[in-house]
Amino acid sequence: MRILLTFLAILMVTPLSAKTLTVYTYDSFVSDWGPGPKLKTAFEEQCDCTVEFVGLEDAVAILGRLRFEGGSTKADVVLGLDTNLVAEAKATGLFATHDADLAALSVPRGWTDDTFVPFDFGYFAFIYDETKLKTPPASLKALIEGDQTVIVQDPRSSSPGLGLMLWMKSVFGEEADAAWEKLAPRIVTVTNGWSEAYGLFLKGEADMVLSYTTSPAYHMVAENETKYRAAPFAEGHYMQIEVAAVMAGAAEPELARDFLRFLISEDAQSILPTTQWMFPVRDVGEAVPDAFSTLVKVDKPLLFTSDEVKEGRAGWVDEWRDALSR
Amino acid sequence: MALDAVRSAPAATAGTAFAFRLAWLPGAAALLFIVGVVGLALSGLAAESDAAGVIAALTDGYVLRVAMFTIVQAALSTAFALALALSFARAAARRPDWRPLQWAMRLGGLAFVTPVIIGVFGVVEIHGVTGWLNAGARALGGSGFGAYIYGLPGILIAHIFFNMPFAARNFDRALAGVAPESWRLAAQLGMSPGQVFRLIEWPALASVFLPTAAIVFALCFTSFAVVAVLGGGPRATILEVAIYQALRFEFDIGRAVGLAFVQILLAAALTGPLLLLARSRAEATSFRGHRERPDVQGGWTYAGDIGGIALFILAVALPMLGIVLPAAGALSPERLADPTLWRAAGWSLTISVAAGGIAFSLGLGLALTMREFWPRAGMRRAAAALEAVGAIILVAPPLLIGAGLFLAMRNRVDLFASAPLLVIAVNSLSSLPFVVRLLGPELARAAERDDRLAASLGLAGAERWRLIDWPAIRRPAATALAIAIAMAAGDLGVIALFGSPETTTLPLLIYQRMGAYRMDDAAVGIMVLIALSLLVFIAAEALVGGIDRQRNRSGRRHA
Repeated sequence: MRILLTFLAILMVTPLSAKTLTVYTYDSFVSDWGPGPKLKTAFEEQCDCTVEFVGLEDAVAILGRLRFEGGSTKADVVLGLDTNLVAEAKATGLFATHDADLAALSVPRGWTDDTFVPFDFGYFAFIYDETKLKTPPASLKALIEGDQTVIVQDPRSSSPGLGLMLWMKSVFGEEADAAWEKLAPRIVTVTNGWSEAYGLFLKGEADMVLSYTTSPAYHMVAENETKYRAAPFAEGHYMQIEVAAVMAGAAEPELARDFLRFLISEDAQSILPTTQWMFPVRDVGEAVPDAFSTLVKVDKPLLFTSDEVKEGRAGWVDEWRDALSR
Repeated sequence: MALDAVRSAPAATAGTAFAFRLAWLPGAAALLFIVGVVGLALSGLAAESDAAGVIAALTDGYVLRVAMFTIVQAALSTAFALALALSFARAAARRPDWRPLQWAMRLGGLAFVTPVIIGVFGVVEIHGVTGWLNAGARALGGSGFGAYIYGLPGILIAHIFFNMPFAARNFDRALAGVAPESWRLAAQLGMSPGQVFRLIEWPALASVFLPTAAIVFALCFTSFAVVAVLGGGPRATILEVAIYQALRFEFDIGRAVGLAFVQILLAAALTGPLLLLARSRAEATSFRGHRERPDVQGGWTYAGDIGGIALFILAVALPMLGIVLPAAGALSPERLADPTLWRAAGWSLTISVAAGGIAFSLGLGLALTMREFWPRAGMRRAAAALEAVGAIILVAPPLLIGAGLFLAMRNRVDLFASAPLLVIAVNSLSSLPFVVRLLGPELARAAERDDRLAASLGLAGAERWRLIDWPAIRRPAATALAIAIAMAAGDLGVIALFGSPETTTLPLLIYQRMGAYRMDDAAVGIMVLIALSLLVFIAAEALVGGIDRQRNRSGRRHA
């Protein structure tokens, strides 16, 4: 009995002696094949702490969840929002400045935000199986007018979902809801997150799925599989820059800021290309696999400013939702 | 004469009068709890709403479309479930000795207590694009049936799986109540199957048809887990899912309140009146022996029966297999060693035992007071009102109450610390209607049987409870407790709203893993949840029901 009590006492004390950093992120980040495990090991080596990644649904849902939790959130760092949500996120007042040195970063269009730190970027694209779909659409307009079945994500919870909605908006403008209505009958399902959509696509549930231009690289490198391709669209591809930030109510703010600095360091950035399958925000040379050079090149990246998205998001989501529910 | 003597015995009368006054207490206590929780939730919703917002919600095209779909899918689900249940129940009544029928009935009983998220997993396994049916069709050379699972068809299939057995059991009981003399008369008159249905079966079914339809409709109207997984997009969503999305994803409180308002309005208008009609009286004893039935012969009837049974088995047994086989196949030492899994199991156990215990206490309290009220002429409506309050969750569904509680308490209380308590409170309301439905008739039956005995012995109140009532209802009470705990364990509703990574339960874990398309990991969670539910059942029946003790002590075996 005494031994049991001592054992329990030790168990209870041990975690308290090390600091814990709670990082909210989306579920695919913390999967076994994602960047989470490797980043955790690498950071824990240099800090005297434990990193706890908390995998929630998808990126947009994280912001919703933070507002839901309000001041009593347990998160110290939030990782995985994107530039579309930066203005809205700042308006919640839940985030603190990062004080990090961003000089070594090379982000498309530059970066000057004091609260959010970019850690990778990519371009959205529709992925298809070239053995099943011989003539993929060559533009977003062609996809709308075509007959392929697609799986997409919900812009209310998922950042690719939000990205597609903004992509459609920047290409079609006022006609976006008509375009969505045309696409609606061919949408097999709208998933809450990227993982589910991609998993369903791999199982053969639809012809195309919304993902990133870099997704085929994963299959090439990890599985030696070249049949998955991204379809280049003539109008351009919407860009996503993923960001991380420290929470204003973090239990260990300096530790959280250290984590952000670590995230943009060469060590972390070298891990990302072959685990996250996105482009790094600094030059990491050989860490980017050769397969990346075979990917679809995006000459025309499309991107709304964060303030534009903050103004328009609610109305555009309503429009999306109405178009799909008719 | 003798009865009057008993009734007029002064000691007995005084005792029973005092007991009657006391009998208000359990019901009042239960009522207080229920009204407290629901009232707090409604106040939370009311505090955040204003006239303009409510009017905006009522005129929003999206809200109206969602409301319309909610009604349509519930109505269709009810229609299909009842139609299939009817054909099966008639077949079962016609051929009570058929083994497949008995097995099917038992399987159906399992389907009703299957946690929703598990049932949905099974349905997806069978009907998904890469599920058994599609894979089988492709293996036979065809092109498969496509992705019919997402949207209305999938929702209907899942609702039929869960609700048809319940309706079938109700219909079967009703048909079993037909006196054997009626059957003999029908045989003598040489009635045709049509006449049998019109003159004998339908009158027997009529009294249970509407209440059963009301309950199935109410369940389908507020079916969160099914629509969250199988809806497939804004086209097929119901009010409860829309409330969840408005709060969790968009954090649009105005819209959430507007949706909640429409939900209550519709539920009160549609299901409220029907539920008030569904009163649980002491059921007549049913004769289960062999009956002369004039319509047993005949090729068409035979074919119809086989068809009814086959459909039942397909609708119920296939998804069951779709649960058990993948779940067993996904078991592996690594997956079982996952600490997240066991933490979720621990929370599931804690929350479900607490919620089930509370539900049981509330239900018992309501049933005890109802029993006292029924025999008294002026109190019948009060008794019916009590039962209706017990079923409040069917009008104000869990997510609506959860949303209301969140809004009421969000600035006053640390929601994380109190999340488990909120989940327990709401989950206890979820299984309450079923506890009342189980305990009400049992207590009433015991009362019919033992009231005079108790009166003649001068037993009342606590003594009567200890010596007469409790032993009589112990077994069904154990079942009711077990079902309450099992239902709370399998619940996916409020926990989706309040669950945080530290307080995840097994259903939420399964839902999240299905959402991340980690089907094998989800299947392991399913196995653990099934094991937990079985454990709970066995423990409740043994500890509360005291099976062995009862057999040894009393000569009678209570059915």
